[in-house]
Amino acid sequence: MKNLFALCALAIVLVGCSGGDAAKSESPTDKPGSSAASESKQITVAMLPKKKGVPYFTSCSEGAMEAAKELGNVELIYDGPTSGDAADAVKLIDQWTAQGVDVIAVSPNDPAVLGPAMKRARDAGIKVLTWDADADAANREFLVNQATPEEIGNSLVDAMAKDLGGDSATGEVAIVTASLTAANQNEWIKFMKVRLEKYPGLKLIATKPSNEDQKLAFSVAQDLMKVYPNLKGVFAISSVAFPGAAEAVKQAGKAGKVLVTGLSTPNDMKTYVKEDVVKSVILWNTKDLGYLTVFAARELVDGKLKAGSTTVAAGRLGEKKVVGDNVMLGGTITFNKENIDQFDF
Amino acid sequence: MKTLRWSREMTLIVLLACLMGAASVLEPKFVTVRAQTLLATHLWELALVAIPMLLIVITAGIDLSVGSIVALSAVSFGLMFERNVPPVVAVGLTVIIGTMLGGLNGWFVTKMRVHPLLVTLATLAAYRGMAEGISTARAISGYPDWLLSALQGPTPVVIFVLVALGTHLVMARTYFGRWVLAIGTEENVSRFSRIPVDRVKLWLYGFSGLICGIAAILLVARNNTAKADMASGLELDAITAVVLGGASIHGGKGRVTGLVLGLILIHETREFVSWHWKQNELNLVVIGSLLILTVLLENIAEIRKNRKLQPVNPASAKP
Repeated sequence: MKNLFALCALAIVLVGCSGGDAAKSESPTDKPGSSAASESKQITVAMLPKKKGVPYFTSCSEGAMEAAKELGNVELIYDGPTSGDAADAVKLIDQWTAQGVDVIAVSPNDPAVLGPAMKRARDAGIKVLTWDADADAANREFLVNQATPEEIGNSLVDAMAKDLGGDSATGEVAIVTASLTAANQNEWIKFMKVRLEKYPGLKLIATKPSNEDQKLAFSVAQDLMKVYPNLKGVFAISSVAFPGAAEAVKQAGKAGKVLVTGLSTPNDMKTYVKEDVVKSVILWNTKDLGYLTVFAARELVDGKLKAGSTTVAAGRLGEKKVVGDNVMLGGTITFNKENIDQFDF
Repeated sequence: MKTLRWSREMTLIVLLACLMGAASVLEPKFVTVRAQTLLATHLWELALVAIPMLLIVITAGIDLSVGSIVALSAVSFGLMFERNVPPVVAVGLTVIIGTMLGGLNGWFVTKMRVHPLLVTLATLAAYRGMAEGISTARAISGYPDWLLSALQGPTPVVIFVLVALGTHLVMARTYFGRWVLAIGTEENVSRFSRIPVDRVKLWLYGFSGLICGIAAILLVARNNTAKADMASGLELDAITAVVLGGASIHGGKGRVTGLVLGLILIHETREFVSWHWKQNELNLVVIGSLLILTVLLENIAEIRKNRKLQPVNPASAKP
């Protein structure tokens, strides 16, 4: 009987909790002067990576911490699921919503799953940003965008041309993409084709999918080398295709004869760069991405970053462009034999 | 005077009180109704699934496949919805699918006499694989708002309270409840006593599947997505809650009240640790420590009680 009583009491408490939805709407804005806050006001920015503990996101967080320290009035929370599980990311967003942080900056590992939680946060009056990857535009105010497809396409082609002999580079090149329906990659390919016109000596002969499968990328690259004996370069434009294609070239003993270029983190490609299979690895500056995200969050709370803004002040990065609802980081960095050891992520 | 027996429930209440006391000092916002309401939404699928798990553990069995049943049911629901099956029909069919998946576990356990650990370890992998296969590992979303809102808010709470209360009454008041306890205490004796052991077990694994089907629908509604990798690790959370709630993994012991308290303690501890220290990785450590702490606290209480019962020094006792 005692146990039954305990159970009932708990049931009442729990039902009471979930029935509190009505009470919730009573105090939507208990933060004083949240719209016209003074710049000295301390704010809390919660930053969620897709997965905590991976080098890529850790290097982003270093930039974010640097920005928080520089601003002095931003308390930064950097936390994310160590499992990369979207359900865990939802729990964190809900927690931050309950805590009433000022800004939540999300790199969504699953936009559909995180969507409802991001909406709950916005409904509670919290500013929501996305960074690194986007979610449904209705669930966030701005995207901190690392690089435009045009910049990525240009950087890839320019790096390949430079490594093959500059403006007068000649030879056959091929693309190994993620899948033929991958939205990001198709955008890049579009701009790569435009940029290739600048180098009349370079001839694009094939675009092959690798379906985000390293083994398939490996065999696709092998086939390309067999079918096109004059192949000079391969653009492997997904982080999975890149090492696959590089490994194929390495095993075929064609290091230095067939160049592979693509997007990846320096640590993943370090060995290939040292073995001359890969001369250039392209990526945006991850530290700057974290840095800019925190500055954008601060400006958003201060009301300086709002719909219609065209620039945003971002500390040591200077003024950064805002295009529509995208805060543009812009600029890519190229890792090569000379500088790759300076980066550890 | 009636002496109060120290039970697992009391240990859990003490721990919970300490936790909430500490929380109200360290993080006042954590103990508000608003925060608790928002955070409670994460609990219900686990809470539901843990109830049949308790009954199965009481019979000295185990169901490792619950997370996979949830995933396969969720994906089935998504695919049916995608093929324009009316949502209400899809909900019904999903629950039936879940029940059948659980029933299959039960069939292997009772008819094939395979140990439940082996059966459900196999179906843990197999059901998850099937979920990946039929959905081709993609996310299925785009459910109508009325369906999502109908399945959120108070709905999961009401379902949980009904299931928990029902199970408590069945365990406390019916033959079925006594059979469950008897099977876990001494299975052979139960068989000789004409308890329908196999039928009871089949029912329990089927019940587990049924609840997983319901949990799957709630999970889909909460996430607005059905995906094959959902609810992975759910089985471990459920077993942890059951054991923390005082059930014996050897069978024959366990109460719904203990389980409910165990669930609340796990939930609050997890949320508080992540809230206060903002380190997601701590969560893994915390649940393990909680389990050890509970057992430790109880052992201490047990030892002190025993000390009181025994004369401290029989030699010095006056004749």
